[in-house]
Amino acid sequence: MYKFYETSFKSQSLTLKEKFQSLNFAYLMFIMILASIGVTMLYSAANGSWQPWALNQLLRFCLGFAVMLVVAMIDVKYFMRYAYLFYFATLVLLFIVEVSGHVGMGAQRWINLGFMKLQPSELMKIAMVLALARYFHGTSLQNIETVRGLVTPLLIVLIPAFLVMTQPDLGTALMLLFTAGAMFFAVGVQLWKFGVVLLGAIVSMPIAWNLLHDYQQNRVLTFLDPERDPLGAGYHIIQSKIALGSGGVFGKGFLKGTQSHLNFLPEKHTDFIFTMLSEEFGMIGAIFVVVVNILVLVYSYAFALRTTSYFGKLAAVGLATNYFLYVMINMAMVLGLIPVVGVPLPLISYGGTVILSVMASFGIILSVNINRNINIGKD
Amino acid sequence: MNRDNDKGKMLIGRSLILAAGQVLLLFVIIARLYYLQVYQADKYKTLSDENRISTRLLVPPRGVIYDRHGEMLATNRQNFQAMIVAEQTPNVQETLDAFKKIMPLSEAEEEQIKKDLKKNRSFVPIKIKDNLSWEEVARIQLNAPDLPGIIIDEGLTRYYPYGEKTAHVIGYVSSVSEQDIRRESDPLLEVPGFKIGKAGIEKLYEKKLRGKSGNLKLEVNAFGRVMKEIERVDGIPGEKVELSLDARLQSKAYDLFGEETGAAVLLDVYSGEILAFVSTPAYDPNLLTQGVSSKEWIELNKNEHKPLMNKVLSGQYSPGSTFKMVVALAALESGAISPQTRSFCAGRMFLGNHAFHCWKRPGHGYLDVVQGLQHSCDIFFYETAQKVGINKIAEMARRFGLGQKVNIGLENEKAGLIPDSDWKRRRFGEPWQLGETLISGIGQGYILTTPIQLATMTARIANGGYRVKPTLVKTTEKPELEKMNISAANLALVREGMFNVVNAPGGTARGSYFDFHGMKMAGKTGTTQVRRITMKERQTGIVRQEDLPWKYRNHAVFVGYAPYDNPRYAVAVLVEHGRSGSAVAAPIGSKLLLEALKLDATAKPVE
Repeated sequence: MYKFYETSFKSQSLTLKEKFQSLNFAYLMFIMILASIGVTMLYSAANGSWQPWALNQLLRFCLGFAVMLVVAMIDVKYFMRYAYLFYFATLVLLFIVEVSGHVGMGAQRWINLGFMKLQPSELMKIAMVLALARYFHGTSLQNIETVRGLVTPLLIVLIPAFLVMTQPDLGTALMLLFTAGAMFFAVGVQLWKFGVVLLGAIVSMPIAWNLLHDYQQNRVLTFLDPERDPLGAGYHIIQSKIALGSGGVFGKGFLKGTQSHLNFLPEKHTDFIFTMLSEEFGMIGAIFVVVVNILVLVYSYAFALRTTSYFGKLAAVGLATNYFLYVMINMAMVLGLIPVVGVPLPLISYGGTVILSVMASFGIILSVNINRNINIGKD
Repeated sequence: MNRDNDKGKMLIGRSLILAAGQVLLLFVIIARLYYLQVYQADKYKTLSDENRISTRLLVPPRGVIYDRHGEMLATNRQNFQAMIVAEQTPNVQETLDAFKKIMPLSEAEEEQIKKDLKKNRSFVPIKIKDNLSWEEVARIQLNAPDLPGIIIDEGLTRYYPYGEKTAHVIGYVSSVSEQDIRRESDPLLEVPGFKIGKAGIEKLYEKKLRGKSGNLKLEVNAFGRVMKEIERVDGIPGEKVELSLDARLQSKAYDLFGEETGAAVLLDVYSGEILAFVSTPAYDPNLLTQGVSSKEWIELNKNEHKPLMNKVLSGQYSPGSTFKMVVALAALESGAISPQTRSFCAGRMFLGNHAFHCWKRPGHGYLDVVQGLQHSCDIFFYETAQKVGINKIAEMARRFGLGQKVNIGLENEKAGLIPDSDWKRRRFGEPWQLGETLISGIGQGYILTTPIQLATMTARIANGGYRVKPTLVKTTEKPELEKMNISAANLALVREGMFNVVNAPGGTARGSYFDFHGMKMAGKTGTTQVRRITMKERQTGIVRQEDLPWKYRNHAVFVGYAPYDNPRYAVAVLVEHGRSGSAVAAPIGSKLLLEALKLDATAKPVE
């Protein structure tokens, strides 16, 4: 008898001490390197001051680090057991935000918890991955290869994606879709089905275009031709490219980025922080950040692959993909490869929710690695 | 269980593909970084510099204009301006209201301030009031606590210490017009508030006085705020200009006119250097430099005394009796009369049926050329002109510089007019009439001259027939002068006549005689009719010039030089509607020459 809220376990849990010893310290180091780069850049963004961003970010990172460690100590089986519950709870929060957003003024994406603003869409990125991982963990390859078997996971993805889209937060919605797409691919959904979806997407493009808000349409148009409106929407991309390009190989030096410090570069402490980094530390600094991120990814995948449980594997792949999407979309955006969609660079951009959600993801990935030898039953 | 294995294998395989794909995509990022930061780095470095570096022009101080003794006629004065910086005050309107309590602002000024505030970013200082006095600056600073955002700024403005007295020589500077920008490409012209010479010496020597602009490279942020200075290249200050004027004589000349309207020029008969050059009334160049309202401008333009007109160069008047020297010389040189030739003046003469009158109704009796000049007898010159003919008179007049531009470089110079028979035919298609020759003989009719031409003529008579050219520039060496090929004896006769005009009993300028350590003046008066007194006015009793409205009164002219026996200075004075040459113009000329002699302790005989 299948009960979605219950799982059975074949192996015993590890002790806390064993778990702590199984933490991958290289992985932790990469995370800390990225976070320190973030704090350093925020210090520079404030023209060499800990206020208003750098100190705050440091504190949030410390909180996030603690959250990561706590999450890493949790047995993977609990993530699986409560995956659906967590998913539904997050969905409810998303609804609440949606409703209050309509009642309140314009787009509202968060719930104010007093000490911080909780963005349910950020939580949803984790919740959706866990829910999908649990679903695919419990189903068979035959089932996955049928259309019927994809109805439930598609619903798990499309309901929150739709809600986030209407907030409107195109960036997060796309990230949910891409993450889910990657997971569908990983579990073995046939390639022709992706082809059908792609075809459908192309066909429905004109309709989707009309559903986009004016500012979203503008962003796409501006991406296609930044000179279209050099002082308006195109300004961000043009100034970002100038800052990057003028940084050259070795950069203009710490605190010496003229584009950023003279305010030509917008949003330098959030979405465009990678631009500022590239201006001050040049291509060397920028490639270093990319390489550390590649290492984080490679380690995450390695953890996924050497884990025994299907759930653990898939959860790690989904969360790694999610992290990859953050990094990729942000960098591609500031480098002028894709339209400006408003996705921060995790660990480096200023912002509380993203740090917490990303650190929680790392916690889960670490937990997967710690519990790599523990098998989890089908139900 | 087999399928379970497949499911696991599928996940591993597909995950490896995902991982590889994602890492590959991040290498695209690296490639893009290489493209932007290495391949296109130079392009973006240039763009980045264009973004952050703002080049401003440094305005060089304008050259000072000096008189011949080093007295400043145009200089740059510290100018205090009150400015408001919008971002430094919590409420712009309140600050302006507080300012108005200390110093009233006109409605137009306030409107301009509000317009400027709207146009500029909030950290740009906006001018509220300029040319503040020390006392006003002190008053603003005393009230500084009530005036947040108000700052006092120093700049340089052009200042003319002699004001109206030098207005028509020095001219003035004013804002750059659209045409000025089209005419030349000096980037200085685009600097807000920059002023260029609009008249007089300021215009003539504009290039020299202006200097070369410097450069200031500033780092600015995205909002245009200046962050720091990167580089400063100082410009070259404008060069000084030394004029031939003597500020003391210039002042004296202006003052001598009092309420009268007219022009006076005094020049060195050998070097041609102009020591005094006045046109009255004049405008205040300091006011024009600050910019006058359109109402004030219209008033200046409508004034019937024409303060904007440079009468020395642009005023064309009949020379009247001052032309008689030219007629006498033309007659003597052509042999039409000899020094002994005498005419009889009966007070009038007839040409056909038409009577020509002498100014002295009872007549002068028998006169030779010297006496004719001394008494300014019209009959003598009617007859002489008749003997010599208009064309010879015109030729002589031109040799003395009449009827042609002197070209000292100032704008709006008029050529005047010396008529001859050819001219008449060209102009009217009619032959020259003998009666017109007679009228020309006393400097009336078509003849028009400017005061500077009369001064030049007088200098050439005084210096013994050298073709001296007037100039406003101080000259250190004596110019090589061309002799005009006029008999010295004939010139001496004319000079004797002019001496008698002033010094002999019965001379028309006898009242203006002076003897300064043996130095005496020679000269010639002239009174030219602007309008005849009509029979009706004679009947109603208006016969005296003083009783006519100003604009109908006669013009008064005087030309002269001194010292008689060793000429050094020549003067020409014209008083518009001054009624009488001997009563109004001659005293001004005499006092001016006397002043020149008094000031010139270095006057020495010329070999």
